[in-house]
Amino acid sequence: MTKSTVWTKSNLLDLHDYSKEEIEMILETAKSFKEISSRQVKKVPALRGKTIVTLFFEPSTRTRASFELAAKRLSADTINIASSASSITKGESIVDTAKNIEAMNVDLIIVRHGSAGVPRVLAQNLKSSVVNAGDGCRSHPTQALLDMFTIVEEKREIKGLNVTIVGDILHSRVARSNMIGLIKLGANVTVCGPSTLMPIGIESYGVKVSYNVDEAIKDADVIMLLRLQLERQKEKFLPSVREYARKFGINNNRLAKAKSDVLIMHPGPTNRGVELSADVADGARSVILNQVTNGVAVRMAVLYLLLGVKKESKK
Amino acid sequence: MGLLIKNAKIINADKEHNQLQDIHLDKGKIVKIGPSIKVDGAKTIDVKGKLVMPGLIDIHVHLREPGREDKETIETGSMAAAKGGFTTIMCMPNTRPVIDNCMIAEQIIDEAKRVGLTNVIPIGAITKGQKDEELVDMFELKEAGCLALSDDGKSVVNSQLMRMAMEYAKMADILLIEHCEDPLLSAGGSMNEGEQSTRLGLKGDPYISESVIVSRDIELAKYLDARVHFAHMSTRRCVELIRFAKSQGIKVTAEACPHHFTLTDEAVGTFSTSAKMNPPLRTQDDIEAIKEGIKDGTIDCIVTDHAPHTKEDKEVEFDHAPFGIIGLETSVGLTISELVRPKILSWCEMVDRMSTAPAKIVGLANKGVIQEGADADITIIDPELEWEFKLEEIVSKSKNSPFIGRKFKGGVDTTIFNGKIVYQI
Repeated sequence: MTKSTVWTKSNLLDLHDYSKEEIEMILETAKSFKEISSRQVKKVPALRGKTIVTLFFEPSTRTRASFELAAKRLSADTINIASSASSITKGESIVDTAKNIEAMNVDLIIVRHGSAGVPRVLAQNLKSSVVNAGDGCRSHPTQALLDMFTIVEEKREIKGLNVTIVGDILHSRVARSNMIGLIKLGANVTVCGPSTLMPIGIESYGVKVSYNVDEAIKDADVIMLLRLQLERQKEKFLPSVREYARKFGINNNRLAKAKSDVLIMHPGPTNRGVELSADVADGARSVILNQVTNGVAVRMAVLYLLLGVKKESKK
Repeated sequence: MGLLIKNAKIINADKEHNQLQDIHLDKGKIVKIGPSIKVDGAKTIDVKGKLVMPGLIDIHVHLREPGREDKETIETGSMAAAKGGFTTIMCMPNTRPVIDNCMIAEQIIDEAKRVGLTNVIPIGAITKGQKDEELVDMFELKEAGCLALSDDGKSVVNSQLMRMAMEYAKMADILLIEHCEDPLLSAGGSMNEGEQSTRLGLKGDPYISESVIVSRDIELAKYLDARVHFAHMSTRRCVELIRFAKSQGIKVTAEACPHHFTLTDEAVGTFSTSAKMNPPLRTQDDIEAIKEGIKDGTIDCIVTDHAPHTKEDKEVEFDHAPFGIIGLETSVGLTISELVRPKILSWCEMVDRMSTAPAKIVGLANKGVIQEGADADITIIDPELEWEFKLEEIVSKSKNSPFIGRKFKGGVDTTIFNGKIVYQI
């Protein structure tokens, strides 16, 4: 562990930009913050006087709530701005929107947008810190961090673990961020899903590709399931959701052939009966709710590090 | 009277003249070429050390007028052409309204004549309103001055309609230019489909969206013994298909753009919308194939696909941004630095790909060659000119270029259109 690492980052856009040491530092910092959330008084003054804005262009309940709680437990002031409209329909550029918010002396903007790259473009144009809360199919770094935190909590370390990600890899920013983070931390990652939902060139991440879920989960220490958007059937990626559930859904039968201590994870919200059965979701091996709990701690760590440690260096 | 060019090193597609010549231009024609010409009262320029080429021709440009004069007008587009060394440009019909009748075509020609900086030839649509439903009146458009027809921006998707278009165009003796893109395969794509699009989480446009239409049109051309020209080829597969078709004697020709032999899809990494065009930037392997194609003549000519867009239109989310970049002012610089300096093309071959071949493809008599009696359109290149493409020096109304800040060696020194100097550095 590298507690001596000097924190230099002021944005969290994509785990690709972060070193192994930086990821470990976030996870380590999150450990101490997790304890705060279990106190009677769930608040510390670490970010008192800081202003944090969540700017969400896509609907979200849990991610936004998780970020907001994280900010509040660190005593930052928060406001939430939700906009379903793309900037082009409003006639105001997205950079303009963000600059207007920044002009109110905001320290950090948490942005979610349906278009890949928006957080990066904002970061290029803003003085405030930017945290990516999900952009298109590209990146969802805090989800991957909380997933890794949860794995470390259960398995002590990530190095050498076999992690299998199952589902719609093509459209998944969660999968992309997890692949990057897990590989940096030394996991062996397998991605598994229907061939039509497997992006071209995925091997370049350094992952194994499988189309057979039984094979893919046989030696897994962690099975990470992804939400299947039901409209993928209409978009002709799949013959039917039923066949998907039959060939890729995780149920107790299938799980019986996996390792007895395998972890079942899901970024939520789950489609019970599609990517996993209710038994599995609620079963002993599921850490799905731990992921949600840990999300707050990990996001506290991210906000704290980006704002609390080193803000002055940003122009 | 007229204009006298002294000490010209003439580069024609078929011959690089070793001996310096004088060229006398008068009344829009090259009247005399020879050593030591004397003309009383003629304006004289000495071009020793420069290369004198037939005026460059770009058969794929978007001028946005009528309809989107905030992006470009015939006047600003002509200025960009003159600065870029182009004495003839052909403008695509995806204006508002679409160039699908003689009135709009004639308006464009009239406005271009008023501006008088370059020869502007409109390209008519293939289908009315570019709607892929009914053919335009091809004879009418031809008589109005269109030298080609295209639904550029999209393919004629309906194969039966394309068959009819090719048969009818053969009779009308007018060139069809196909924008090759199967819209179902490319739907929603904002960059090349590949490793890079997977990493960036952007929906990709696979190269097969281009090659599927190229293959279909090759088959139609063979079956009908008709002619078709492929716009902005971007992929290795298409170069191979066209090479094969040509080897079989099928009447296809093709063009490629400087950005497709210069940049790869890595340029999308910063989400700069100046790296978004259609067809998209592809891979290094595609670049190599395009270069080979240009060298061996599989790709007949170089065009810019000059596509101006305002800052307001371009500065949006990458996947929502319109496709296209401006190109008129950088085409010569990129062609010299990417193709001529690395000895992929000789100067003669550059003249062929940028002037002689396009003139021949669209049937421009008296252009594309420096000889007595030809039109007095001449581009003078300074091979030693060192310059930088600077934002503040762009004359096109739009500034959407990924090449801003790029440094070049070799560029346009003087552009002469219709016997008059229209640009001088």
